[in-house]
Amino acid sequence: MDRTPRTHPRKSASFDDYTLSEIRRAAATGIYDIRGGGAKRAVPHFDDLLFLGASVSRYPLEGYRERCATDVVLGDRFASKPIHLKIPITIAGMSFGSLSGQAKEALGRGASAAGTSTTTGDGGMTEEERGHSDLLVYQYLPSRYGMNPRDLRRADAIEIVIGQGAKPGGGGMLLGQKISPRVAGMRDLPEGIDQRSACRHPDWTGPDDLEIKIGELREITDWRTPIYVKVGGSRPYYDVALAVKSGADVVVLDGMQGGTAATQEVFIEHVGLPTLACIRPAVQALQDLGMHRKVQLVVSGGIRNGADVAKALALGADAVSIGTAALVALGDNDPRWADDYADLGTVPGAYDDWHEGRDPAGITTQDPALAARLDPAAAGRRLANYLKVMTLEAQTIARACGKSRLSNLEPEDLCALTLEAAAMARVPLAGTDWIPGRGGF
Amino acid sequence: MPVFDLAEQPLRALNAALHASGGDNGRFEVLNPRGAHSVAVGVEHPCEIEVMGPVGYYCGGMNEAGEITVRGSAGPGLAENMMGGRVVVEGDASQYAGATGHGGLLVIRGSAASRCGISLKGLDIVVGGSIGHMSAFMAQSGRMVVLGDAGEALGDSIYEARIYVRGTVKSLGTDCIEKPMRDEHRAEVADLLEAAGIAADPADFRRYGSARKLYHFDVDHADAY
Ligand SMILES: Cc1cc2nc3c(=O)[nH]c(=O)nc-3n(C[C@H](O)[C@H](O)[C@H](O)COP(=O)(O)O)c2cc1C
Repeated sequence: MDRTPRTHPRKSASFDDYTLSEIRRAAATGIYDIRGGGAKRAVPHFDDLLFLGASVSRYPLEGYRERCATDVVLGDRFASKPIHLKIPITIAGMSFGSLSGQAKEALGRGASAAGTSTTTGDGGMTEEERGHSDLLVYQYLPSRYGMNPRDLRRADAIEIVIGQGAKPGGGGMLLGQKISPRVAGMRDLPEGIDQRSACRHPDWTGPDDLEIKIGELREITDWRTPIYVKVGGSRPYYDVALAVKSGADVVVLDGMQGGTAATQEVFIEHVGLPTLACIRPAVQALQDLGMHRKVQLVVSGGIRNGADVAKALALGADAVSIGTAALVALGDNDPRWADDYADLGTVPGAYDDWHEGRDPAGITTQDPALAARLDPAAAGRRLANYLKVMTLEAQTIARACGKSRLSNLEPEDLCALTLEAAAMARVPLAGTDWIPGRGGF
Repeated sequence: MPVFDLAEQPLRALNAALHASGGDNGRFEVLNPRGAHSVAVGVEHPCEIEVMGPVGYYCGGMNEAGEITVRGSAGPGLAENMMGGRVVVEGDASQYAGATGHGGLLVIRGSAASRCGISLKGLDIVVGGSIGHMSAFMAQSGRMVVLGDAGEALGDSIYEARIYVRGTVKSLGTDCIEKPMRDEHRAEVADLLEAAGIAADPADFRRYGSARKLYHFDVDHADAY
């Protein structure tokens, strides 16, 4: 018998279990993997930043006693009716179609209770969300599904979507399982087909056209309504500069961790810039144009708690937007549905086959029985609670940094734990005064 | 009849007046448009608008009930996303005419450039001349009648819209095929021609529409994407 010692079975770092399973899946099906959610890989993020807090040279504000304002006005550059938010956290655009009517209603309820806005998505405006949202942003997307002047006029803001962080350069996707009769009707599509919507706007290309398009939307709404431009994290310096040049009131910038309803896995994980890497170039563009704080910057992609909010604001954003976290607050991926997730071959926390429309939590589905699992009032309350907690957390940090307003947070309040984060956020590496990329190396 | 001279008055005043017109079936005349963008956009209530000269981008955009006549040519995005009413252009129209239109009738007496009727969602378009490449791209519903020729890749990735062309079609786009003309189609063409006030014999038209092979992803069709 051969007594040569054997090495321990060793799996490849390159060909890990996930990679192998994906190769087998691709070989079996002949189609790329589609899923919801954002990038799952680790990228430099807000966790790599720390606040310095007060010290001898900076004095703090009393928690609970001294005021730390949280409100923000969006869209006062050209619009006669800008939006006034009580908190600098908005609900990002998520389509009816990808989400159930109940989920849209819950988002509206939660946002309104917390004094902030919610946003429509690819597929048009529903009565559920208009009725339950005090402030509703109406997305103007390449597909123009359900786009109409009546909804445009009853929107509190218009968001021209050029890209999303999860898929800069990609169009919409809603597969047949979710194209119910109501969704099909709103989108003028046959029921049950796989809908792959356009990635470019049908009636303009480039920044010069965008300026004319914004002019048209302003004329249609008699210059009342703020106009946002949403871009995916790609070339933030230039995209923000061009959006400002085109006449946007607000720029929404979504990094690669940003969620999506359904996109190719390869797109989600391999295209776009991390949120952290987007903010400073965007702010730089605004500052170079003398427009910082005049055109507001809303940042999204992986915002989870008040620290993330505070860090985004400190880097120069005026507000943040949340998608995934809002869905989790409603009940997405909740362990209470563990058995149902097991039936779908997954576990709570990892469920991302949102395009299949079989969400046990009743959020990313058009199945009436599943959707009925979500109580919009209770889910809306959970979202409102969560938004309040995030705000309190951000205020706690801001007061510790001596700020009487969240928007007074600044890069000076931050340091970075890693070289990468220091370079991207343009703040010093912790314990040093070194900002990589500044001062020659 | 109110007259707006865009050489003297701002565009905003014109559009604001049109929005305020309140369904009284008023008539408006617009002088000296000189290629201005966004002329007569978002017209909500029935009224007649006569534009005396060429317009720029998005004339008649999101029109709901206006009867808009342009006595000249139109720039890109003519009557984009129109919902109802009627827009008539006596000259030619640039790219994306009638893009994403949901309803009403768009008549272009001259020719239309590329991407006419892109992402059409229910609007009817009648073109007296020819249309450029990639017209009716991803057209979902609605009808197009073209008296002249169609450029390359007509009806690429088309859904349920119906296209009728009297002249030649340079090429059909992915998943767009010629379909037989039956009586109901000739009747449809006759109705649209009549509504547009254009004389032609419906029997001279050919019909194009979706082969419906791209409605569900199929790996064996992957080279078509
Ligand atoms: C279910 C779902 C649907 C979405 N639908 C849209 C959409 O219709 N339009 C859009 O611009 N972004 C859409 N997004 C992206 C969000 O607007 C937002 O950019 C992103 O969720 C922010 O990142 P976060 O999820 O990490 O908070 C969607 C995201 C999710 C999770």
